[in-house]
Amino acid sequence: MPLPSEKEEVWRYTPIDALDLDAYAPAVLGPAAPAAGPLAEAFVAGLASDLPVRAAMVTTLDGAVRSVDRGRLDDRVVVGAVSAASEGALGQVLTGGDALVRLNDAFHPDAVVVDVPAGVVVEDPIVVVHWCGAAPETGAVAPASFPRTVVRLGRGASAGVVEVVAGMPEGRGLVVPVVELRAGEGARLSYVGLQVLGPSAWHIARMAAASDRDATLRTFTVGLGGAYDRSRTDAVAAGPGATTELRSAYLGTGEQVHDVRTLQDHAAPHTTSDLLCKGAVAGSSRSVYSGLIRVRRGAVRTEAFQTNNNLVLDPNAHADSVPNLDIEENDVRCSHASTVGPVDEDQRYYLESRGVPPERAEQLIVLGFFDDIVQRSPVPASVGRLQREVGIRLTEALHVGDGSHG
Amino acid sequence: MTDGHLLEVENLHATAGGGEVVRGVDLTVRSGEVHVIMGPNGSGKSTLAHALMGRPGTTVTEGSVRLDGVELVGLPAWRRARAGLFLALQQPIEVPGVLLDATMAEALAPLGAGPPDRGALSDRLRQEAAAIGFDERFLSRALNVDLSGGERKRNEVLQLGVLRPPFCVLDEIDSGLDVDAVRAVARRIESATGEWGLGVVAVTHFHRLLRELRADHVHVLVAGKVVASGGPELAEELEHTGYAAYASPT
Ligand SMILES: Nc1ncnc2c1ncn2[C@@H]1O[C@H](COP(=O)(O)OP(=O)(O)OP(=O)(O)O)[C@@H](O)[C@H]1O
Ligand SMILES: [Mg+2]
Repeated sequence: MPLPSEKEEVWRYTPIDALDLDAYAPAVLGPAAPAAGPLAEAFVAGLASDLPVRAAMVTTLDGAVRSVDRGRLDDRVVVGAVSAASEGALGQVLTGGDALVRLNDAFHPDAVVVDVPAGVVVEDPIVVVHWCGAAPETGAVAPASFPRTVVRLGRGASAGVVEVVAGMPEGRGLVVPVVELRAGEGARLSYVGLQVLGPSAWHIARMAAASDRDATLRTFTVGLGGAYDRSRTDAVAAGPGATTELRSAYLGTGEQVHDVRTLQDHAAPHTTSDLLCKGAVAGSSRSVYSGLIRVRRGAVRTEAFQTNNNLVLDPNAHADSVPNLDIEENDVRCSHASTVGPVDEDQRYYLESRGVPPERAEQLIVLGFFDDIVQRSPVPASVGRLQREVGIRLTEALHVGDGSHG
Repeated sequence: MTDGHLLEVENLHATAGGGEVVRGVDLTVRSGEVHVIMGPNGSGKSTLAHALMGRPGTTVTEGSVRLDGVELVGLPAWRRARAGLFLALQQPIEVPGVLLDATMAEALAPLGAGPPDRGALSDRLRQEAAAIGFDERFLSRALNVDLSGGERKRNEVLQLGVLRPPFCVLDEIDSGLDVDAVRAVARRIESATGEWGLGVVAVTHFHRLLRELRADHVHVLVAGKVVASGGPELAEELEHTGYAAYASPT
């Protein structure tokens, strides 16, 4: 199978043609694997203290499960590395897939599985952390990492997962995560994905989600790190009455490229999907959002909404927004809206007319732009950490810290 | 009562959207005074307000605005605010994710210092909210987001009370307010003229506000010029005659 190419529509506007797989090799794992290192330990400890109330925590090194802390988790819930025997759990939601998914199929060391049986309600979040970037065998190439995650909720179950991809603080690296989410009949699945890799890493993520009859599936993916950060989310409303809420946010600084692709796939009647994607680009960074709403024949009474808002903070930054509709039914309500532009002049004037200096006004508005979406994270316990991650990068992006304001 | 502040507008000309909309306005406001500006739709009242506050896109082409002798024309809006001018907008702007209390903290923060004492600020916010019947739940909401038209107007008056500037321009603060709210808001403003000597320029279409505010002066703005000035009786007259008597000056 050939590597993806920018000529394909789903890879348009991306630097994918520059991907040279020979420059990477999977990390050395298994018994010979190196210790995770102090950076990884500090990161995990920090995350643990930011999410003090949690049901369980799984840590991996490049996708190989290192620890599973079941904390206060219900015995009936399976959390941890999936055994070879139940590898059948993979590929149930994500069918097809490109060469990169195949690479993940071949190279993921473990699959982290979260299996919540019918009727079980997990109140507190389950945290999954992938620290990436252990050195490959030959030092001449950069590390490649293939985390794999499956979250499955049985009928009427409820759970929230916070998954974090971090590491590769310096130097090049490639991370290709694949995540599958399935919300069974009437289940409530909430998922937050946070990517905070180092500035030279490439992150090419694929997520597939499916919700059965009357299920509610809510996802929020936040892309902050990496040189090239791509997340593609395909969410299918598979059963009647299913509700999908997709949220994503990205912030570009320096020369970063953020690339968000979404598919709201309505395959059953009376289904609802609501997508909100907010991004800001500063410096010479770039972003592309491309989203498709597909309503299949028979999916009557579908309601599907898609909104993409982009703030362009510097003259050399650029954002593309490409919404698409593919509707095969008549009795549906669908809409999409997108905006690309600088900070709103009226908003800035309003704050300035109260006496707020212009740089501070801009910072407040951009922080508020993100806060508006972060505050509504499907896993409320993640809000504080997300706010901090966004805040730190915004401070860099907006060149604040001139000393005039704390 | 602190008084002795002076706002002087002299021969002010301003353009908006390419055309001259404010065409030579003179106005002198002292601490504690209430001036009301009336005039037909499109006569330039809001443009005058924005020209005073320094909205980008509203360009002053001639004339001056001095606050205690300091020339405001040429200063950015935030400098004018810090010099002592406040504008309550005819249409307050929604700023998603930016909270009212946090904004007030920023607005009150002296340059180069951190925000003021949280406790004192939050007491002040609550006091001001109570004075005008503004729901306390709105205090830690994003600015004007999910607020009704009338709630937005109250929000402007609340901010005025928190910031306590020497002068304010109120652009149709009464439109969109229910009868009780007009009274509550007007009383708050009227008492501020005594409390800290607030000088008021209130744009309105309604005689009612004028009475509630106990206006000292009424100015009629037609086609960007003040065509008549007088006491409250002038507004009374307008109620009957309308603006027809004031042919557009050329
Ligand atoms: N940005 C702009 N671009 C083009 N025209 C403008 C702009 N701002 C104001 N105008 C025009 O200037 C004139 C005065 O507008 P302004 O908003 O000041 O009126 P107003 O007296 O406040 O009216 P109202 O009583 O309806 O609030 C109007 O004809 C308006 O269309
Ligand atoms: Mg007006």
